Amino acid sequence: MLTDLPLLSLIIWLPILGGVAVFALGESRVAWGHRLALLVSLLAAVLGGMLYAGFDNSTAAMQFVERTAWIEAFDAWYYLGIDGIALPLILLTVLVTPLVVIAAAQSVRLRASQYLAAFLIMEGIMIGVFAARDALLFYVFWEAMLIPMFLIIGLWGGPNRVYATIKFFLFTFFGSVLMLVALIYLYRQAGTFDLHTLQQLPLGLTEQLWIFMAFFAAFAVKIPMWPVHTWLPDAHVEAPTGGSVILAAIMLKLGGYGFIRLSLPITPDAAMALDWLMVGLSLIAIVYIGFVALAQSDMKKLIAYSSIAHMGFATLGFFIPFMIVAGGETTGARMAVEGGMVQMISHGFVSAALFFCVGVLYDRMHSRQIGDYGGVANTMPVFAAFMVLFAMANAGLPGTSGFVGEFMVILASFRANIWIALLAGTTLVLGAAYTLWLVKRVLYGEVANERVAALHDLSRREFAILGALAVAVLGIGLWPAPLVDMMSVSVSALLDQVLVGKL
Amino acid sequence: MEQVYLAIVLAPLLAAIVVGLGGSRMARAWAHRLTIAGVGISFALSLVVARDVFVLGAPVFDGAVYTWLVSDGLRLEIGFLIDSLSAVMMTVVTFVSLMVHIYTIGYMKDDPGYARFFSYISLFTFGMLMLVMANNFLQLFFGWEAVGLVSYLLIGFWFKRPTAIAANLKAFLVNRVGDLGLLLGIAAIFMYTGSLAYSEVFAAAPALVGQTTHVIGDYHWQVTTLICILLFIGAMGKSAQVPLHVWLPDSMEGPTPISALIHAATMVTAGIFLVARTSPLFELSVTALTFVLVIGAVTALFMGLLGLVQNDIKRVVAYSTLSQLGYMTVALGVSAYAAGMFHLFTHAFFKALLFLAAGSVIIAMHHVQDMRQMGGLRKYMPITYWTCLIGALALIGFPGFSGFYSKDAIIEAVSLSGIPGAGLAWWAVLLGVFITALYTFRMIFMVFHGQPRMDEHTREHLQESPWVVTLPLVLLAVPSIFIGALTMGPMLFGGLFDDAISVLPQHDVLAMLAAKGYTDAWSFLIHGLQAPAVWLAAAGVLVAWVCYVWQPHLPGVFARVLAPVYRVLDRKYWFDELYLKLFAPAGRGLGRVFWQFGDVRLIDGFLVNGTARAVGRLAGVARRAQTGFLYHYALVMITALALLMGWLLFLR
Repeated sequence: MLTDLPLLSLIIWLPILGGVAVFALGESRVAWGHRLALLVSLLAAVLGGMLYAGFDNSTAAMQFVERTAWIEAFDAWYYLGIDGIALPLILLTVLVTPLVVIAAAQSVRLRASQYLAAFLIMEGIMIGVFAARDALLFYVFWEAMLIPMFLIIGLWGGPNRVYATIKFFLFTFFGSVLMLVALIYLYRQAGTFDLHTLQQLPLGLTEQLWIFMAFFAAFAVKIPMWPVHTWLPDAHVEAPTGGSVILAAIMLKLGGYGFIRLSLPITPDAAMALDWLMVGLSLIAIVYIGFVALAQSDMKKLIAYSSIAHMGFATLGFFIPFMIVAGGETTGARMAVEGGMVQMISHGFVSAALFFCVGVLYDRMHSRQIGDYGGVANTMPVFAAFMVLFAMANAGLPGTSGFVGEFMVILASFRANIWIALLAGTTLVLGAAYTLWLVKRVLYGEVANERVAALHDLSRREFAILGALAVAVLGIGLWPAPLVDMMSVSVSALLDQVLVGKL
Repeated sequence: MEQVYLAIVLAPLLAAIVVGLGGSRMARAWAHRLTIAGVGISFALSLVVARDVFVLGAPVFDGAVYTWLVSDGLRLEIGFLIDSLSAVMMTVVTFVSLMVHIYTIGYMKDDPGYARFFSYISLFTFGMLMLVMANNFLQLFFGWEAVGLVSYLLIGFWFKRPTAIAANLKAFLVNRVGDLGLLLGIAAIFMYTGSLAYSEVFAAAPALVGQTTHVIGDYHWQVTTLICILLFIGAMGKSAQVPLHVWLPDSMEGPTPISALIHAATMVTAGIFLVARTSPLFELSVTALTFVLVIGAVTALFMGLLGLVQNDIKRVVAYSTLSQLGYMTVALGVSAYAAGMFHLFTHAFFKALLFLAAGSVIIAMHHVQDMRQMGGLRKYMPITYWTCLIGALALIGFPGFSGFYSKDAIIEAVSLSGIPGAGLAWWAVLLGVFITALYTFRMIFMVFHGQPRMDEHTREHLQESPWVVTLPLVLLAVPSIFIGALTMGPMLFGGLFDDAISVLPQHDVLAMLAAKGYTDAWSFLIHGLQAPAVWLAAAGVLVAWVCYVWQPHLPGVFARVLAPVYRVLDRKYWFDELYLKLFAPAGRGLGRVFWQFGDVRLIDGFLVNGTARAVGRLAGVARRAQTGFLYHYALVMITALALLMGWLLFLR
């Protein structure tokens, strides 16, 4: 019965239509807008639960498939389906969005209905990207996603929001236009936009390299990788709390998803030929950006840089398998990719939690500068406990979700080369250094000034949000098996195809 | 049995969670009642387990509780391995933890963070138990980091103090450097054995002999050497071996009960435990054992020397802990794992005792820790004095006391070892005995003997600590005297650890020692009296008496005459300067350079905004062509037409 419902269409279009409805309610009925938005986002979460309940772990085939003709002239289809790689990301999306909606009721006063509408619409679009099985549909969702985020930063952002939005837009748009060119080229070769066909399409190495680079432009910007990462700190600093949360928790993951869904299977040989580049850039993200994070005096910038470093583990996990296999090893490749996936999910929760934490402080003090704080634990002990927990998760403490992915990727990388594992492992020291130094300067010490002295601890609403994230972070950390089991068959199928190549 | 093991770890965890979440809403008394109940259950059940293992000879238990993760054929489980090694550790951990819980009722009586403190130490007990009861490296790492977390939280317990929050950050980061080694060691184990479960790894270990790998250049590393050195780097962080020792003295910023529990008796011995647990691997690499031996010997001697110039009572005990951890490491290095574990075992009691006694003094002194302001406390606090004296005698290896047996066993073992470095290590540990006695009795004499040097107000209020403080002192004093003599036979020579520790016959110095026939407490004692160590200790006490009771002006004279040496010790060999003035600023500086130059100037300034500027400039130039004057356009059109025609007509 579950599979009879078009669950994927529902989970995509319910938030989008819900968003339109909230928008239509207008600013005069904002209380109703909040209620409706919460209801819609919770319904989406329930739909996510139904997807999880109906999902079959034992097959790599696409599930919940929906296929309808869309633009027949181009052989483009409204074609949806998910496997074990897409499902965890969809679940992440439907779990984080309600938290943003709940938080908005307290912290957003200006044009609140439009704000909520933007987030709901974005939720649907992002799920659309994860569920699309047709390249053109994928592209349309991919580009559509830019619009609500552009508006969120541009309308509710900080003082320098115009620079940040334009930078954000141009960076990502530049990347995705190249992706469109690559997709059109593939369409001309294959005569279809069907992703499965494109994955099987024979391509020469030169063709693959060009296509890979075009995809790289889109996905490396999105995730982001060094050196195309500089839009992210600016966007985070200017974005409102909810925008930062969605940006860090979900939008970045679209870059990783792009690598795993398009780059690896469509251009496996190019990925293998350029594995040194991808691994090198990942390590730069982990080490170089780790140092950069150490030098930040703005909390949001610090967490933004930390995000880049953490996503370095995702890309490392996705591209290290080629090196493992090249060394004659057979095991480790799957662990690396699964580790990268786990890292993406974990980072979704941890970075969301950290940005919420900054939001809690910002709502009270209207400052993101670390120097304006000090001794917050004296006046906000409950908040401090949460922040220490999430900081520890960010530093990869075992028992929290932050450990699992890094552990798996380091274990796998060691099989390729001890030095790669060592460089990746520096995150143990660097990650702890920048995160706990932040904790020290913000939470610990004597009460720094009168404004800190006047702080009041978490509201019930804030407690509920951080509590929910704490459950997720500890849950994945203490028992990651269900998450990994969900993806493991799909990841093996992917690697079976990718490691063989097309040549 | 599995339920019993689960109960042992979960009882303190449950107490920690309840008190941690609800502590602010419940009466203070409930904070200690619940946590003491939790740890008490753990202790009682640990005794049951110890009886099963040691008395009834229960077989080794090795079982999983749940599957944490399965990836790529690697099955990672949370489970327990209960053998002699874990049974000893469980008993020690829960007993000392129980004592510290009781003691804390008195020590933290007026602290606003009462419930938080109890929650943390119970959580610590959980983490430590998970570590020692693990049956695989993942769970070991889990417990390893969990105790590191609680150590971080407890060093920074008084988070308003700038020194405390500097110390806890330092402790965490230095430990993380070690943890990186441990993690890579675990990765190497996975790579070469395909498993992380102890039983499977140790079964696969012999096959690793002879396998080599490249790390730098063409030099061939034995795989076993690589694995063991990586693991030992982890142990160096947790067990504070040179050069990763710098965090332990600073950790004294935490409340004294945790100095006793975490930074003396249990957590810092995790590194020792790790090496003992992985003895089947270490036995396969003489290179790694030599590395262990040298690091241990350096730590034992040079950290002891630093104890001579400390004036803070807790820091004296802290440097003594560093030095004693060095002794344990030396024992591991000569393959006398059982001797290392034995010293760990006795040390846990007498060092916890010394710390708690120091804490009792600190309570009486209203949180003054400088020994120069103490003196003559003997008559005000007799119980503290006598128990502290017992701890001191055990520490210096007074014949018959616990520490005597364990330390002498290590010295004897080193003298019998043929491993490279054993000769030097023997001198280090022997000289260390003299140093230990000197700084220990310097402390005893400065604190308890001589004239009172505190101010009038403090002296009037001097009194013995309440019973919750003195009871743990007495309960720890008893094993500090007797436990060594009682357990020496089985632990060192009776094959108590045979189910857990494996030693190659050619490395087995304890068997050689046993062959000499001193296998019971009495003959070992008689033999010890004929060896130099006891007399060196006596000399140390004598020198301390001369310098700090008989001729108190002498230390000042020495400090002047040996000014350069004193300076080296006073600056602690400049390790802190190296880390705090070189590495830390270098890290921050590198961050600033990468950020300001790499990100802000190069990528954003030059590439991103530079491209934007270039486009703007180009547009500015191109715009000039659009003048809007008709004759300009006409002129361009006519010229172009003429050129085109000319080209078509004449040049083609």
